[in-house]
Amino acid sequence: MTRLDLTHISWTQTLLRSRWPQFLLRAITLAGFVFTIFAGLFGSVVGSHNFAIIFVWIAWWTALKLFFIPFGGRSWCSICPIPMPGEWLQNGGILQPCGKGIGLGKRWPKAMRGSWLQAGGFLMVGLFGAVTLTSPLVTAIVLMVILLLALILSLVFERRSFCNYLCPIGGFTGLYAQVGPVEVRVKDADICAAHDEKVCYDACPWGLYPLALKSSANCGLCMECLRVCPTDNIAVNLRPWGSDLGSKTKHNLDEAFLGLVMLASALVDSAIFLGPWGQLKSAAYAIGSLPWLLFAGVFIVVALGILPGLYIAAVWASMRLGAIKTTLRQSLAQFSQLLVPLGMMAWIAFTISFAFAKFSYVLPVISDPLGWGWNLIGMSGTSWVGQSTSFSLLLQVVLLAVGLFWASRVARRITESVKQALPLIAFSIIFSLSMLWLLIG
Amino acid sequence: MKKEYLARSLVILFILVAVTIPFAGQWLSGRNQPAAIELHARMPENGGWSPDTIQAEVSQPIHLHITSDDVVHGFAIGKSDQPALEIIPGEFIETTLIFDKPGKYTFYCNRWCGPNHWRMRGTIEVSGTGTPLALDPQPLFLKLGIDIDAPQPAKTIPSKTTSAERGAQFAGLLPAYAKNRDTYLSTSPENLWLRLRAEATLSNLSDNDLWDAVTWIWLQQTTMDALANGQKLFANNCAACHGETGKGDGVMVRGLPVWNPGLHSSGDSPHLSTGEGFVSPPDFTDPKNMLGASPALLEGKIIRGGMGTGMPYWGPIFTAKQIEDIVSYIYTFVWGFSNQE
Repeated sequence: MTRLDLTHISWTQTLLRSRWPQFLLRAITLAGFVFTIFAGLFGSVVGSHNFAIIFVWIAWWTALKLFFIPFGGRSWCSICPIPMPGEWLQNGGILQPCGKGIGLGKRWPKAMRGSWLQAGGFLMVGLFGAVTLTSPLVTAIVLMVILLLALILSLVFERRSFCNYLCPIGGFTGLYAQVGPVEVRVKDADICAAHDEKVCYDACPWGLYPLALKSSANCGLCMECLRVCPTDNIAVNLRPWGSDLGSKTKHNLDEAFLGLVMLASALVDSAIFLGPWGQLKSAAYAIGSLPWLLFAGVFIVVALGILPGLYIAAVWASMRLGAIKTTLRQSLAQFSQLLVPLGMMAWIAFTISFAFAKFSYVLPVISDPLGWGWNLIGMSGTSWVGQSTSFSLLLQVVLLAVGLFWASRVARRITESVKQALPLIAFSIIFSLSMLWLLIG
Repeated sequence: MKKEYLARSLVILFILVAVTIPFAGQWLSGRNQPAAIELHARMPENGGWSPDTIQAEVSQPIHLHITSDDVVHGFAIGKSDQPALEIIPGEFIETTLIFDKPGKYTFYCNRWCGPNHWRMRGTIEVSGTGTPLALDPQPLFLKLGIDIDAPQPAKTIPSKTTSAERGAQFAGLLPAYAKNRDTYLSTSPENLWLRLRAEATLSNLSDNDLWDAVTWIWLQQTTMDALANGQKLFANNCAACHGETGKGDGVMVRGLPVWNPGLHSSGDSPHLSTGEGFVSPPDFTDPKNMLGASPALLEGKIIRGGMGTGMPYWGPIFTAKQIEDIVSYIYTFVWGFSNQE
């Protein structure tokens, strides 16, 4: 497949190699993060008038799904402020590692590796989402806890353990970054093989060895390997979407779990925020109440029971129809790839459904970020509640159709025959129709 | 190393800017404005008005900067003609109030914001010199010693819908006391009917003729304008529980136990914010519920509320005239008369 190596273009190479552009973006996002916490703690308690809600859950969350991931894979991770204070302490320097850092540098426990905890975290976000997504105070507290947790974990464990194993957004972004159009790879494997100092591995905050990179799931695009490689052997490629999926790539069972949790969350979020069921909405808001426990129970049954059940049934049927001599566990892991395009397009469709309508809150909240009645840029009070246009509806249908088609193609590529792909395609159809019904129906 | 220090300074600078924005913005936006009291409106379940007591001086303007922290509320001053303000969540509305008499004023929410909406009240304490705010005269129910907590079901009721028009024919036959305002205020329709029934001069009128006469008397005590005003006040303030048609089926009381005289306990103790002990109000279109009550009794119920039913007290909110109009209006439910006719 064709690749465009950005290190071959002089200005992009300068941008990527220099630490300053990335550093400035990081410093700005960190200051923005601090301001967001401030706004959440002291600003208006009304979500639609508070910077914390509008910028985190409308602007950033939308940008992540519509821009950062589809056009940059884990590009957000390269400027995410959350791990920064801890990483700076580990590095003993802000701009670049200075040798003497602070931290115990312990290895992350083996039993807790993989994306299991990230998937669990995402599930928790969904269970408490209705309140977190609407209460500025709760948002601020969640952000503070995450910032603190990342800092503490950086001081105990090595590198970006928090991002790799705990951050729910890291799990989300990593999963879908596999189909993103950016990758970091080595240019010439022989040069690496001949080089006995693994400076790139030592420098990688994510604990990856570029020579061994087959998937972009865990690469945070921080460009540290590019900066330390003495032979300029690191490429930053623009590549076709979906490049990490196929019969040759290796996938683990935790990816299947993560992928299924993401599908379930997309369904449940659509049902709460877009569905016509008032009782479901109030149940999701009334954390700790009996209706909420019921809602949580249903959510967990969908995420851990129904969807995985259907998926296992599809994989089992697919195995029966083919000659693959693998265990069910291996097939569950390998076939999990189809959950990636399916989930990503569903999340994009879900985002489109509210992003158009809610984006009008962004300018007024810049004008009055704390909801204290200011009018800094003369845009306060200009928000209008947008309507879902027929264009947006059509776009959602198209996106879901693309997701279904894409997942079917992946299913076909990772199976031996059309017959064997059929159960997997059937699973994708059931999911896509459910999503379609929730978004449009 | 120089670069590292530059980077560190930049990080500190950016964070300082982020933290300074709220203070700087507050200073900038508050610079040219007179000192204002920030008043937050919340549903009673979330704490009601904050602050709920405002101090003011006679003739000194108070600037209020009002916002809602949850749903749409209203801001109105009891017993005042000033139009109510609509308070939108997250948005600020400014108003300036001036009081020319010292005394206690009630401000309240006039939008049905939640099940305990009516509890959303606060006080403005105006101090200073001048003629104090006139105290309300003692309500008639207290002067007459009417127990508004006791049920007053009517035992005698008309057998068909009454008509003031038919009743007007008998106007000339009625004794003077029957047309007297004091009689009207202190007597229930049932009692007046019984008194008239005992009059020898009216013995050739049928029972229903007499009911028509009573209906005529009741409507004589009000005007079309007053009824229209009563209807408006009822729709805005009472219908959420009593129902637009007076049947006691308003949205706020759906699912509550149906009122019956047995539940009509003395005192007003179960004024719990949980709504426990609340009942849905009696059906005003049922003559048994209405014809045993005198205007003084109904006025008392409106002023004081309670009765163990969850009925709010409206004394500090409505003027005497407004209560009078509401009382006149609610009798029309049972007379089978509405303002549209």
